[in-house]
Amino acid sequence: MREELVEEELFAPGHRACAGCGATLAVRLALKALGKNVIVANATGCVEVISTPYPETAWRVPWIHAAFENAAAVASGVEAALKSLGRRGVKVVAIAGDGGTADIGLQALSGAVERGHDFIYICYDNEAYMNTGIQRSSATPFGAWTTTTPVGRVKRGKDRPKKDVPAIIAAHGAPYVATASVAYPIDLIKKLRKAAATEGPTYIHIHCPCPPGWRFDSDKMIEVARLAVLSGAWILYEIKNGRLNVTIKPPKRRPVSDYLKMQGRFKHLTDAEIAEIQRTVDERCRHLGVG
Amino acid sequence: MKLTPGAVITEPGSTTRYQTNGWRTFRPAVDSGKCTGCGLCWLYCPDAVISRGKPPGVDYRYCKGCGICANECPAKAITMVPEERG
Repeated sequence: MREELVEEELFAPGHRACAGCGATLAVRLALKALGKNVIVANATGCVEVISTPYPETAWRVPWIHAAFENAAAVASGVEAALKSLGRRGVKVVAIAGDGGTADIGLQALSGAVERGHDFIYICYDNEAYMNTGIQRSSATPFGAWTTTTPVGRVKRGKDRPKKDVPAIIAAHGAPYVATASVAYPIDLIKKLRKAAATEGPTYIHIHCPCPPGWRFDSDKMIEVARLAVLSGAWILYEIKNGRLNVTIKPPKRRPVSDYLKMQGRFKHLTDAEIAEIQRTVDERCRHLGVG
Repeated sequence: MKLTPGAVITEPGSTTRYQTNGWRTFRPAVDSGKCTGCGLCWLYCPDAVISRGKPPGVDYRYCKGCGICANECPAKAITMVPEERG
């Protein structure tokens, strides 16, 4: 698999992403999987800001900047136009962060999936609004510090759980929904290729650690992403025509504290709070059959 | 600067005009004797500055020095060394 991947880079260097950016790696790998015959509709967010410092662009494929809320609506329109022109062999791809997906763009995404447009929606999930200064989103996990979920005498970071967007999209009856991680690039690429080969709306949700926002050194980006999977804090699965299949099963799950303790955003957590997070992770792993 | 209608950018991949090497405080140094050519450093680089090969090539014009390649190399063939003070 690694050998057959193209050498050509469709996401150029010189982009302004922070050193060790997980979201940027997700986009680079996604374009390696999908190849040149795509049209990208990109919501406002980290990837849009770092990839197109006008008058430059990092993209080597056709790319449209949408507003924060409407990447899926723009993708819908492009897909309908291609269909009406009789153009085949071009896949439309919407790309947005967790803010542009779980919060601001959820309505447009829901509409596009319900209408059954033939497109791929990629959410790069760095678990907060990062380029504006680490504000919480509905995809920020329980207990995490952000600038809008501070830690003090009264509050202990985010007091609500992470919104489960893949489950919401699966509930629409989308033919292919999958989660992925930048630490498992072959799994990620396989899933994007399956999405590309599927007719209809498909959804890929990629876990993308953010060194400045999650408070860890940039060289640990892949290690943090891998520990999320090995601890069961992030589960890699696909749902194909309603059937769930866990694609990476850690042989023996690592304690979730191994994942949390690598990151400054969780450094305030007490042993009791970590035990509570471990309980919810265990419950979710049982529910999805991870063991 | 002359603006194009609709602010359309007509040159794909034009961020390569801007070199990000000045962001770097450590640079990856590859030990070609230890490298097995597995390609993991190439696969994991967010800035696409590593080319596949044994040893891999590093494009130091754009490398930001994040250190992922050194941290992930299974053969420990990459070390991060401080940039010389100029």
